[in-house]
Amino acid sequence: MHDSHKFKIPIGPQHPALKEPESFSVALKGEKILGVDIRLGYNHRGIEKACEERTFLQDVYLVERVCGICSHSHSTCFVQAVEEIAGLEIPSRAKYLRTLIAELERVHSHLLWLGVAGHEIGFDTLLMYTWRDREIVMDILAQFTGNRVNYGMNTIGGVRRDIDVSQVKDALKAVDTLQERTKYYIEIATSEVTIIKRLSGVGVLSYEDALRLDAVGPTARASGVKRDVRKDDPYAAYADVSFDVITDNHSDVYGRTVVRLKELLESFKIIRQVLENLPAGPIAIKAPRKIPAGEAISRYEAPRGEDVHFVKSNGGEKPERVKIRAPTLANVQAVKHMLKDRFLADMPIVIAAIDPCFSCTDRSIEISYLDDARKKEVLTWPELHAYSIDWHRKRGIDFSSLNKKLKEGFKTS
Amino acid sequence: MSTVSNIVNWARIKSPWLLHFNTGACNACDIEIIAALTPRYDLERFGIQLKGTPRHADILVCSGPVTRQIEDRLVRIYEQMPEPKFVIAVGTCSCTGGVFKGCYNVKAGIDSAIPVAAYIPGCPASPKAIIDGVVKLLSSLKEK
Repeated sequence: MHDSHKFKIPIGPQHPALKEPESFSVALKGEKILGVDIRLGYNHRGIEKACEERTFLQDVYLVERVCGICSHSHSTCFVQAVEEIAGLEIPSRAKYLRTLIAELERVHSHLLWLGVAGHEIGFDTLLMYTWRDREIVMDILAQFTGNRVNYGMNTIGGVRRDIDVSQVKDALKAVDTLQERTKYYIEIATSEVTIIKRLSGVGVLSYEDALRLDAVGPTARASGVKRDVRKDDPYAAYADVSFDVITDNHSDVYGRTVVRLKELLESFKIIRQVLENLPAGPIAIKAPRKIPAGEAISRYEAPRGEDVHFVKSNGGEKPERVKIRAPTLANVQAVKHMLKDRFLADMPIVIAAIDPCFSCTDRSIEISYLDDARKKEVLTWPELHAYSIDWHRKRGIDFSSLNKKLKEGFKTS
Repeated sequence: MSTVSNIVNWARIKSPWLLHFNTGACNACDIEIIAALTPRYDLERFGIQLKGTPRHADILVCSGPVTRQIEDRLVRIYEQMPEPKFVIAVGTCSCTGGVFKGCYNVKAGIDSAIPVAAYIPGCPASPKAIIDGVVKLLSSLKEK
């Protein structure tokens, strides 16, 4: 084929296949993808900087708004780091309640994902079914926390709301219904020929590549990597509950679907154990307003994978530095690899299969060069200055004479 | 108003098409917008349909504060929509900037970039509130 058959198409920032603004520049030869350039940063709001300007307690609610789907993940991860710095040992009831909300959140997130994945492969009936069933868990979350999304459950030193016996009963009933429905979806996913044929062999990520590209969460587990923070480094009440880490060796989108569906069953298992063994006692302890100087890293298994927060305190009311590494950032490199040499039509489902959350990911803006002559990724300040002068000069804008005139003007006056 | 324009207006109110655009939201409002369109809340019973392109859309549903990256794109998408067009700002962030007000990469609410017809506050705006806002916008069109 002649070279002229290669072309580039831009996808995004606004595109029907994308739920969030991000942009992909896809190099194509016919229907085949030669390479993908991913440009993130449309959702960058500057949360990390904003955290430094607010107190620790205000930050709990701010980091919750990093991502609306896994909001509890981010706030728990943040408070865990702060509690570690302050040396706070939270009550066990608070730990259990955190675990409970975390697992309910995983259920809602995985059901949401299943619907979106169904939508991407043109199976809109599945979208409507799962989103209908998802409302059951949303009701429970609203009952427990007072809000459907962005729960505001965490505080430094524990949780803010307690649950009573009647709520436990309602939740157990809801879990039974959801388990029935999940079993039905597992049956569909493992027996429906259309789904199996559409998803098998698409977006393949081998075990070695998953390790090399540092994939996390269900994306890694579907490639056989047994990695789960809940088991490897238990936080909250995960050390007290029994559950299995689901892995699969399909290594494709189909494997990721199966892993997520089976994880739902494990989540129900955890929710049941937590509700039945809920210890009595206080739900929070008093936390100091000023957090002593120190730093901590906190890990958390969000529905999408491992979430990492770094918090540094200088002994004041406000943190000195907060760094957030969301799971999608770890998985986005794998997407690039999965798409190579695949068909363009597979792109929406392959991207959807890592369950991307770009509002989590957009922690920084990349300044990319428009010309191809880029040689270095990181520039020092004088280099950047020289580059900008050069950039303007190429476009016929020259400030050097202006600078000279200004200098002379200052001298004479 | 002539009979023809009456009929056109009637048809427009009966089947408004939406375009959903995330302008830097945290996804919370976005999932609530989708939840409003799915069986429990079923916004589609008002003849509303979600569309993929601005050229087909009557109503632009925006969520999130306007980030500096997205601003140009938002204006461009707005300009691509055919007249008459309406913008709904869903969520506190898209109304005023919300918790992100003052962040270095955030401008403010949607109305700092394009004119807004309806504001739906809430963090996130619940599906019920979204339905209420959409219906209020449609009934305000009836009077015109």
